[in-house]
Amino acid sequence: MTNHWVDIKNADLVLVMGGNAAEAHPCGFKWAIEAKKDRKAKLVTVDPRFTRSAAVSDYYAPLRAGSDIAFLGGVIHYLLANDKIHHDYVKHYSNAAFLINPGFKFEDGLFSGYNAEKRNYDKATWSYQLDKDGFAMVDESLQDPNCVFQLLKKHYSRYTPELVNKVTGTPKEQFLKVCEYIADTAAPDKTMTILYALGWTQHSKGSQNIRTMAIIQTLLGNMGMAGGGINALRGHANVQGITDMCTFGANLPGYLTCPTDADPDRKTYLEKRTPKPLRPGQMNFPQNYPKWFTSLCKAWYGNAATKENDFCYDWLPKLAGAQDTLAMFDRMHQGKMNGFVCQGFNPLASVSNKKKVGDALAKLKYLVVIDPLVTDTSEFWKPHGEFNEADPAKIATEVFRLPSTLFAEQTGSYTNSGRVIQWHWKAADGPGESRDDIDIVAGLFLKLKAMYAKDGGKFPDAIMGLTWAYRQPARPSPEELLQEISGKALGDVFDPKDATKVIVPAGQQIAGFAQLRDDGSTSCGNWIYGGCWSQAGNLTARRDNSDPSGLGQTLNWGFAWPANRRIIYNRASCDLSGKPWDPKRAVLRWTGTAWGGNDIPDMRPDAAPDQNVMPFIMTPEGVARLFAPGMAEGPFPEHYEPFETPLEKNPFSPNNPKTLSNPAARVYKADMEVFGKAKDFPYVCTTYRLVEHYHFWTKHSKLNAITQPEQFVEIGEELAKEKGIANGDKVKVRSNRGFIKAVAVVTKRIPTLMIDGRKTHTVGIPIHWGFKGLTKPGFITNTLTPYVGDANSQTPEYKAFLVNIEKA
Amino acid sequence: MIRDPKDLQRYTPQERANHWVVGISFILLALSGLAFFHPAFYPLTYLFGGGTWARILHPYIGVFMAFFAVLMYLRFWRLNVMTKTDKEWLDRIGEMVDGNDHNMPEQGKYNGGQKAMFWALTVCVVLLTISGVLIWRAQFSPPIGLVRFGAVVHAVAGVVMIALIFVHVYAAIWTKGTIRAMWYGTVTRAWARQHHRAWYRETTGK
Amino acid sequence: MALQSLDIARRSATTTPAPGARQTTEVAKLIDVSTCIGCKACQVACMEWNDLRDEVGNCVGVYDNPADLTDKTWTVMRFAEVEQGGRLEWLIRKDGCMHCADPGCLKACPAPGAIIQYANGIVDFHQENCIGCGYCVTGCPFNIPRISKEDSKAYKCSLCSDRVAVGQAPACVKTCPTGAIMFGSKEQMKEHADKRIRDLKSRGFANAGLYDPQGVGGTHVMYVLHHVDKPQLYSDLPKDPAISPLVSLWKGMAKPLASLALGAVALGSLFHYVMKGPNEVSKESEREAEKEESQ
Repeated sequence: MTNHWVDIKNADLVLVMGGNAAEAHPCGFKWAIEAKKDRKAKLVTVDPRFTRSAAVSDYYAPLRAGSDIAFLGGVIHYLLANDKIHHDYVKHYSNAAFLINPGFKFEDGLFSGYNAEKRNYDKATWSYQLDKDGFAMVDESLQDPNCVFQLLKKHYSRYTPELVNKVTGTPKEQFLKVCEYIADTAAPDKTMTILYALGWTQHSKGSQNIRTMAIIQTLLGNMGMAGGGINALRGHANVQGITDMCTFGANLPGYLTCPTDADPDRKTYLEKRTPKPLRPGQMNFPQNYPKWFTSLCKAWYGNAATKENDFCYDWLPKLAGAQDTLAMFDRMHQGKMNGFVCQGFNPLASVSNKKKVGDALAKLKYLVVIDPLVTDTSEFWKPHGEFNEADPAKIATEVFRLPSTLFAEQTGSYTNSGRVIQWHWKAADGPGESRDDIDIVAGLFLKLKAMYAKDGGKFPDAIMGLTWAYRQPARPSPEELLQEISGKALGDVFDPKDATKVIVPAGQQIAGFAQLRDDGSTSCGNWIYGGCWSQAGNLTARRDNSDPSGLGQTLNWGFAWPANRRIIYNRASCDLSGKPWDPKRAVLRWTGTAWGGNDIPDMRPDAAPDQNVMPFIMTPEGVARLFAPGMAEGPFPEHYEPFETPLEKNPFSPNNPKTLSNPAARVYKADMEVFGKAKDFPYVCTTYRLVEHYHFWTKHSKLNAITQPEQFVEIGEELAKEKGIANGDKVKVRSNRGFIKAVAVVTKRIPTLMIDGRKTHTVGIPIHWGFKGLTKPGFITNTLTPYVGDANSQTPEYKAFLVNIEKA
Repeated sequence: MIRDPKDLQRYTPQERANHWVVGISFILLALSGLAFFHPAFYPLTYLFGGGTWARILHPYIGVFMAFFAVLMYLRFWRLNVMTKTDKEWLDRIGEMVDGNDHNMPEQGKYNGGQKAMFWALTVCVVLLTISGVLIWRAQFSPPIGLVRFGAVVHAVAGVVMIALIFVHVYAAIWTKGTIRAMWYGTVTRAWARQHHRAWYRETTGK
Repeated sequence: MALQSLDIARRSATTTPAPGARQTTEVAKLIDVSTCIGCKACQVACMEWNDLRDEVGNCVGVYDNPADLTDKTWTVMRFAEVEQGGRLEWLIRKDGCMHCADPGCLKACPAPGAIIQYANGIVDFHQENCIGCGYCVTGCPFNIPRISKEDSKAYKCSLCSDRVAVGQAPACVKTCPTGAIMFGSKEQMKEHADKRIRDLKSRGFANAGLYDPQGVGGTHVMYVLHHVDKPQLYSDLPKDPAISPLVSLWKGMAKPLASLALGAVALGSLFHYVMKGPNEVSKESEREAEKEESQ
């Protein structure tokens, strides 16, 4: 979230799309209700199903699963065509005025630079025109045909309400009604917040779904505002934390990127990642990358990391090829991996195409499962009737189960969707032989280290040299770890303006990432968490909920990264002169000498408005990107069909067979072959979660099992009638990868939509069942889902694929 | 009381046993039923081991009684078919109650009042059994409307039946020489001659 | 005396007045159906606080689970899909005891002290006095009490009388993530409901209103409904609930009248005997019988 949970209450419009906040985030959803109750806010839901969120919404519009970009592109078209944008904001705070390389083209669904063979783009033309000083050129009149604004207008002029209706199935008047709701928030004193989750990410173009909304929020001037922002509602209570700490194989903690084979040394690595400002006077905050990276190396390798040895740069693994989940299991499936440590992860249930995952696990020599529960994965080899038809005689994988403690049995920190890091204390001891995850990993590490010490090895340095200065090496405490993550001065840290002044004496905790240095005098395990455990103590343990502004800006509750800032880009909540766009919801203002207000300024505190330092300090241009060249499939989001689609052609580029689905998404050949076709699998299927369960955990909990005991699939009344399925019947749902059987819930809540002139039915399947647990045994829903991911994040396309259904 | 070989046999041992099975059941049912009916009678449940035991036993005793009531009905219904004389007798019941039975019409084994009692009790047992099943929560759950109707019918029929049994018992006490018919099965010839002359003639041939 | 918050106002099968010198605030739970997302957190909180664990059941083609109230499920969410003015609405109602001011269960109950109405309005079952007859089920206009198959006692929501007694809100209220369930004095709850109803009216729900049915004297669990004119839409919430006339008759007039009637019959018999004397076989009759015998 760029904003935070409580801030949702400040919105005038709460849009729930690409998620089902009431269902998946019932506690956070309270703030949407508060907005309704206290601010008279409107709540609008757009979803393939009439969800629990829709049940309390002022307005609901349906759309076909996988057509969000078409819908949102249509919204952009509406805003531009009806001039419903926040002009000053767009002009000054976005790259609307920036001039783009004239070689940049978009034709027939493809941007310039496409390589069909490699399924990727050469992004050379997706660039700004630079002047002689290396700054981007702009046309403040926004009239230049090569300026971002005109290109944007041109790109989305194709997203007419008629075409939107054809692709999304949303009735035109309903689509326009939603547009009106959204357009109202273009007023400087009106904001929209968007609550989305996996309904946008789990598509072959998931990142672009979110990008499209980022464009809308920028056009409306809603970024940085209280009650605005782009708000990803994360699933697990600490999934934000795990992402921050580098759950992605291609990242290092704090969203630093992994070195690759193309970065032979530290210098090359840093040069590539330390941008130069693209406009004069901008903060260009990523210029501090070397400080963050060096402090990370010092946290890991301590005294072994010196200037002379490049701070042990060579010890870091260099990324060769993709390391995401799909890539990993594909390699496992090819027999190229022999061991797998599976910690807090149930891939047999949660990765797409269960058969492929099961076959892959069967090729391992060993599988280590670290989990508090008996996961389905840990019994992938065991026959459980038709729910898991495995043949142990043919599987040689040795499975080790290491029972770990549950969250309530551990002390540590959570980072919630709003980036607030909150310390929590353990409530009970774990049962039986369970151990904290930290202890298990520490045990494994110490054992490995001892083996290296005894037997040597090809490359023992990275293990032998790893800092492990914990009081009890076999049981590092969560407190020690958070201190290490937050960072400390190894030597005296001096004031950059006065080299004689020590700002942090050696040995003290740093107060924030601004105190990090690239000379080895500081260590920090994750720069964005810098200062969360300062000399003042564990700031994440603070529980002062005083809220002087009434806006929910409780700055003394926990610690929000970065720098305890609650609303990111908050400088954008003020006009150029530093006055809040909406004085009633002011989070920040220029006081004449400094930025001050109800939040930590996302701006150099003394940057006077006339210095023209723009609010989006994490970009070298200082402004928000309507045109974003970082994306894999294009700088403007374009609608592509899901990889399994009921359509034969992409209505936005009907003449180009290459652009039916995301042309830049990675697809493995064998997986491509098992994509189903609409003639065999005519129904759009989408998978989702229910409020009664959390993922595949709570099927082990009696209370949850009581409230939702048995697997079901949801279908609309019309499809049920066509297929002769009655409410409560057992049905069989098939995709080209397998089948599941479940109880049919026949409902009015799943509308039949007209897509490209044809009636299209949707089948909805909740994911929570499996063959282990206290619920009635069920099939693993991901038996059905396709093995293809988003082109940028490789998140699998769980949300839109094709199935057939019959009475079982 | 001295038995006299000339006494007339009014009830067989089987008939007497049947009567008392039904009678005792009824007393138990009335006591427990009243306990549920009005708080004033609730302490009666202690006779059964407390409220819950009373609640558990009452319907089983009811079924038991209903079974034997059916047997009794089969034994006696023919004898209780109303005749013209019975109606005449009933028309003049006032004189009877007043203690002046000399001019009452000649009666068979049962007089009109007894026959009316027989049919009234039969109706009560039928109503109580059916409505009792309807409100037997531990075993059945019919639609709530029926249960409510059953509860009212059960209460009304129960009260009516208790009142009828009062009258029945009182009549037996009041009419001296009657109770022994249900103890020993016999009545004196004089008793029979006075109260049921037609039956007396029929049995004795006099 | 017990805790003031648990002063007793009415007690089942008891004909004398309860102690009434102390004045207690009347409480109420307000369920704002228009902000309820049907998350069932209230169901879970209820099971946890009251240590209840029902069976792991089955999916019966709807989201409702458990599918109905049971002795171990004192509250359930009921989901109704209705179309109103061409618009689909998913009306989700938390079902459970309404804590009537004039409780049909209490009226019907034959066991003294098995059902209690506290002065604060809460209607509570005291299972140790319950005899398991099920009359409460017969008496309830909302079909709430359930008889356990295991112990034959009647169970239902207690409005967490134990929590309320010590100044805590009921478990469901405490846990409700959206604040759709509120608790306070009945006055406060009505005021709050007014605010919600005004909001709903401003959003086009012309018939929004408070469900506090007067047929049972008002309830201590009230609903804010979008369509108070059609409560049946909400999984058959009764439109004008009242204690059934049959139940009123059964547990009302019938009780004293019938008792009097029985007393009258008993006394009548006694006095008849005393005044008219026994109906004995006359000497004359005996003689005649003897005469006939000897013939």
